Amino acid sequence: MRNVKRQLLAGPYLLWMAGFILLPVVMILYYAFTTTSGHFTLLNISSIFASIHLKSLFLSLKLAVICTGVCLALSYPLAMILNNMKEKSQGFIVFIFILPMWMNFMLRILAWKLLLSNNGVINTILEGLGLPVLDVLNTPAAVVFCMVYDFLPFMILPIYNAMSRIQQDIIEAAGDLGAGSVTIFFKIIVPLTMPGVVSGIIMVFVPALTSFAISDLLGGGKVLLIGNVIEQAFMQEYNWNLGSGLSLVLMIFVIASMALMSSKGEEGGAGVW
Amino acid sequence: MKRKKAICCLFAGLVFSGLLAGCGSKNSENTLTVLNYGKYLDPDAIEMFEEETGITVELEEYITPENMYTKYRAGAIDYDLICTSDYMIEKLIQEGEVLELDYSNIPLSENLDSTYFDFSKSFDPENKYSIPYFFGTVGILYHKDMVDESKVNSWKILWDKEYSGQIIMADSVRDSFMVALKILGYSLNTTDDEQLKEAQDLLLEQKPLVYSYLVDEAQDEMISENAAMAVVYSGEAGYALEFNDKLAFSVPEEGSNMWIDSWFIPKSAKQKENAEKFLNFLCREDVSMMNFDYVYYATPNQKTKNSLDADLQENTTIFPPTETLNNCEVLKPLDDKATMKLNLLWKEIKAAD
Repeated sequence: MRNVKRQLLAGPYLLWMAGFILLPVVMILYYAFTTTSGHFTLLNISSIFASIHLKSLFLSLKLAVICTGVCLALSYPLAMILNNMKEKSQGFIVFIFILPMWMNFMLRILAWKLLLSNNGVINTILEGLGLPVLDVLNTPAAVVFCMVYDFLPFMILPIYNAMSRIQQDIIEAAGDLGAGSVTIFFKIIVPLTMPGVVSGIIMVFVPALTSFAISDLLGGGKVLLIGNVIEQAFMQEYNWNLGSGLSLVLMIFVIASMALMSSKGEEGGAGVW
Repeated sequence: MKRKKAICCLFAGLVFSGLLAGCGSKNSENTLTVLNYGKYLDPDAIEMFEEETGITVELEEYITPENMYTKYRAGAIDYDLICTSDYMIEKLIQEGEVLELDYSNIPLSENLDSTYFDFSKSFDPENKYSIPYFFGTVGILYHKDMVDESKVNSWKILWDKEYSGQIIMADSVRDSFMVALKILGYSLNTTDDEQLKEAQDLLLEQKPLVYSYLVDEAQDEMISENAAMAVVYSGEAGYALEFNDKLAFSVPEEGSNMWIDSWFIPKSAKQKENAEKFLNFLCREDVSMMNFDYVYYATPNQKTKNSLDADLQENTTIFPPTETLNNCEVLKPLDDKATMKLNLLWKEIKAAD
């Protein structure tokens, strides 16, 4: 009986999963494989091969890869520096990284829109200094920039986490045995932080691949990612079948990228966070 | 084991019914669920209505008529009263989704100028289903110092390379195609493949010059002078002019789109009486004035218009003159096939480099 009670505690979560994860997926599957009149079809899935859809999928993949790369390049050294600091200041800096996340991410994107616009704050300052003005708003560059800005903490935190778990003894031992700092870095630090890196990559790559709000607001309607195509199919065209079909294809990409990354990190990324 | 399952099921059932009850309980109350464009109704007016009648108003908002259609068709909320544009109302009337209005419950509709009921006949032939709320045209909002004013009488200025990176186009299929079709001299309701293709080519040619495709934000961008010109609704232009006196508005000579946003009661209405009470309230002079001040679009309410300052009544940005209106076309709903075709053409434009 006690056991039953304990299992009951999982009830709300099971319910949550059933109602908000399982049911929507089933509905997407249903819509994806039917026509508007309810007949079976594969057209919604195969429409990913339509040239516009392929183009936006590749653009999404491209931007997501760039965004993940930039995040990784920024985060790894940062995490190392952070790890070498005094414990007290470490906590403070981690806090600073999390601070922007206290504000809704949509608001932060809108703020960037104001900052980057033709007559925005940044251009006014540049003009005042006699420098050439920036012309990045409404281009893919602005979208990538904002993605990096938004998703950076998701890369830093797992890497930092993995790094802070490396015991100093190991590094000292390696040094005693004659390993130089380069060897220590590649033979000890990199392999030991791999799970964090994998986790970070997944947590940045997946939202970057599926995002549509950032490209909508900072792309000025000119950057059409696969997420925007799906959003348009649902909201503007009232074509839920097409939207679901494309969502399903995107889901396959997400799952594939996660599987690929998990197989690289020994314990898989999920364990870190 | 069995018992555990039973408990789980019971629990699941309870929570689910709780969730459902949460959704449905509004119907029995004295409420009114209104679906409207964003920023299209003075919040104070709603408060006033609630105080006067004791009816609780739930306001839901949307951006484009297509959004509205999706929200309505999704059926998650039973709307009692919806405001949307001409062609979308016609589509819903054709689909049998609109209830007839009982004008005896809306006596104040007499305040409205009958001209606009006549205009409404293009989508609601017997004026049985809808009451006009605001109307206007589509034109070019431009910055007087940044643009050659002798050229804004034509849509072609939006293709002028001199203004590359300073043009804001409408992020809405029908409005953008309207511009291209008017330049080519075609009807904005055409479904002819070749004419649409020509229009698409024109819009593709324009894309490199476009700063951004926007709907609601266009006026803000123009007020802060981030672009030289934008395709906007006349009402938005009138609003922007109030904030930046270097802006001006022009409806090009090739003709444009005249739109009427009207209220209708959808089939999903659970509170038809309350909806009609609210409609009557909206036609009242003082309320109509509040909404005019808030929205700043042309009101069909004759009493409200007459009580405005003379220069505001003669403001051609807000109140388009009759000759302009006669040069305009009202949008018609397209059949599913044409809609799909147009959506595809639009998506190709949006995806182009």
